[in-house]
Amino acid sequence: MKIHKYDTVIVGAGGAGMRAAIEATKRSRTAVLTKLYPTRSHTGAAQGGMAAALANVEEDNWEWHTFDTVKGGDYLVDQDAAEILAKEAIDSVLDLEKMGLPFNRTPNGTIDQRRFGGHSRNHGEAPVRRSCYAADRTGHMILQTLYQNCVKEGVEFFNEFYVLDQLITEVGGVKRSAGVVAYELATGEIHIFQAKAVIYASGGTGKFFKVTSNAHTLTGDGQAAVYRRGLPLEDMEFFQFHPTGIWRMGILLTEGARGEGGILRNKDGERFMEKYAPVMKDLASRDVVSRSIYTEIREGRGCGPEGDHVFLDLTHLPPEQLDAKLPDITEFARTYLGIEPYTDPIPIQPTAHYAMGGIPTNVQGEVLADNTTVVPGLYAAGEVACVSVHGANRLGTNSLLDINVFGKRAGIAAAEYSQTADFVELPENPESLVVEQIERLRSSTGNERVAELRRELQETMDANVMVFRTEQTIKTAVEKIAELRERYKNVAIQDKGKRFNTDLLEAVELGNLLDLAEVMAVSALARKESRGGHYREDYPNRDDVNFMRHTMAYREVGADGTETVRLDYKPVVQTRYQPMERKY
Amino acid sequence: MATPVLDKADAAGSPEPGFADSPYITVTFRIRRFNPEVSAEATWEDFQLEIDPKERVLDGLHKIKWDLDGTLTFRRSCAHGICGSDAMRINGKNRLACKTLIKDISPEKPITIEAIKGLTVLKDLVVDMEPFFQAYRDVMPFLITKDTNEPTRERLQSAEDRERFDDTTKCILCAACTTSCPVFWNDGQYFGPAAIVNAHRFIFDSRDEAGEQRLEILNDRDGVWRCRTTFNCTDACPRGIEVTKAIAEVKRALITRRY
Repeated sequence: MKIHKYDTVIVGAGGAGMRAAIEATKRSRTAVLTKLYPTRSHTGAAQGGMAAALANVEEDNWEWHTFDTVKGGDYLVDQDAAEILAKEAIDSVLDLEKMGLPFNRTPNGTIDQRRFGGHSRNHGEAPVRRSCYAADRTGHMILQTLYQNCVKEGVEFFNEFYVLDQLITEVGGVKRSAGVVAYELATGEIHIFQAKAVIYASGGTGKFFKVTSNAHTLTGDGQAAVYRRGLPLEDMEFFQFHPTGIWRMGILLTEGARGEGGILRNKDGERFMEKYAPVMKDLASRDVVSRSIYTEIREGRGCGPEGDHVFLDLTHLPPEQLDAKLPDITEFARTYLGIEPYTDPIPIQPTAHYAMGGIPTNVQGEVLADNTTVVPGLYAAGEVACVSVHGANRLGTNSLLDINVFGKRAGIAAAEYSQTADFVELPENPESLVVEQIERLRSSTGNERVAELRRELQETMDANVMVFRTEQTIKTAVEKIAELRERYKNVAIQDKGKRFNTDLLEAVELGNLLDLAEVMAVSALARKESRGGHYREDYPNRDDVNFMRHTMAYREVGADGTETVRLDYKPVVQTRYQPMERKY
Repeated sequence: MATPVLDKADAAGSPEPGFADSPYITVTFRIRRFNPEVSAEATWEDFQLEIDPKERVLDGLHKIKWDLDGTLTFRRSCAHGICGSDAMRINGKNRLACKTLIKDISPEKPITIEAIKGLTVLKDLVVDMEPFFQAYRDVMPFLITKDTNEPTRERLQSAEDRERFDDTTKCILCAACTTSCPVFWNDGQYFGPAAIVNAHRFIFDSRDEAGEQRLEILNDRDGVWRCRTTFNCTDACPRGIEVTKAIAEVKRALITRRY
């Protein structure tokens, strides 16, 4: 076992982690621990753009952007945070340009902008061009640009280090972050990183679904680490299903395709979004479009022999426009479906895409231990966190924005904190939980297999807590997850070695997914209303009287060792906007 | 040689999407295995599996890892050609396993899969990427400007100037190009195509002001002149970057000092 000491430790090297690292490295001795090489992070898969009211191509302002974000989140957004997001968007985009990001340009050389779902002129009058983009590779360009600047700043990376535990020491009755425990993939060695400040930026949890745009590695490791140490997770029932995943595969096809003029059609060729969203049509918010697609499918207007998908039609767009603006997604259609998007529509279905919920933070990125108390020295930013700027449904292009705005804020806040704070004493035997977990998996002779349990988990999540939910389906999921958690105790792996043991880590990741799936399902069961990405067929309306509040889920361990999810609630911060009926 | 067989029922339950309407075929994956914890020697191992020919090589590797042999080790993440984790040598050519469909690589014959060449193999298909990233870092892969007063708004750049380096911005650092280069195989000191591609991305960016420095770095004896124009790199690039052309443009810029 090795012990390291740093002022600031960042967990994860996607967009939020590297944006934080650029700031933290300038101000404090910083280490970035990442389970992947930084450029493998899933920020690189984001396509369509990053929202900012630059007003380069038409009138726009940050207040309109704030309103759209609040409305898009079905009023569960904390409005003070959304205002910061929209205001600081402009400098965030300009920062990236100055760092070298190759944005597409207008004829006069400024950053070009395009339309995106839910972003509107003057509070919903018509779509507005707010998304700053680089073809359909905006996430790739952000990830590369941030990595390039990390190289420039000499950021210290520990690549292929899996953070498996968060160390917390109680000092005078206050929980404080003491550091993290990491597992080095190459050697199997355990490392303790003692740090004055820790920032989680480890991304989402999408792999508990089967049809998902998420990478295999998005297993909620950060959320699970803090949850197991008694810290809450906020709004985990809110998960976004992106309308246009490649049929059956889930690979993302950007909303920018509809921003460029693409149209969704059912088996009759009808542009069905006109019925559901007369103003914004195909550019309504993602929750609305995903529900509309499934309504078409359920009512028998889906395409194909099984009627289980609809079409994304780009055939009316000039091939030059597709080549220039949507080169990657058209290539995906050719590679994976053998379809030529110039002439044929692309079969799509909603795909599990983004966790709106996560580790609760305030606008400085400080992690909350309850509704109001911060955990000194602990920060989170990006998809792992819940600020909450996305509320019940995130707008497209607001996540690339979120990682830049709140990654930067968390990086600065953590580094400034670590310049004034002292190290917190490590708990006794800090490695014990991780050592026990690893040894149990390595030595287990049980008869359950990781792949089988993961398959069953993904199938139950797709079937029961996806776009449409009811009391019955959610209860089915809760019961199935409980069964899988029980069977997980008997899981065994084949690779018993120390070197690059990815068999072992897939087992660890499955444990994380099971914990988080339980939190999601239990949170969803208790929310007896429909709001944003959480749609209950048995409670189809939004209920502001009883549910205009954030869910806070805590892990409770009983005297007999049984684990349960305890739910509490936190008020929504409302400033400018009163909840209104949500129409697009 | 062990030949574990995966039956159809298991394969159909895979979390990777199946295509119900298309027939499964039996394929042999012949994989170069190496685990120094077990043996100092690398060996070939055959696995037979039932797979839909429209699935990816990565799907086949997952079927093996998840249902037959959990010790099989490879890197992967996004599974659709964006993250650059799973470059490997498939039937003798460098490709991404997640972007290569079974039907496109003669599945009637055994499909050979081995680690990319020229970097030290650590276990099975996993190589030491550090020398590759060191060469990348050596070309100063970040925008360098001399103006001390940062503009308040974005720097302007014409659409034509932006287009000039578009091709090389697509690089995902998967190392397929560099590890397909015979010069790199023979001399690991050579910067290799990927580092040159990333230098090109900045040399030809109208906003950048350190082109001369980067050209001097690549003028080194391990630099751009080592390229023998075999086009392996261009063939290998999963992003369709014209790598050899980019290298030729850097060579020309070194002669003309215009870029």
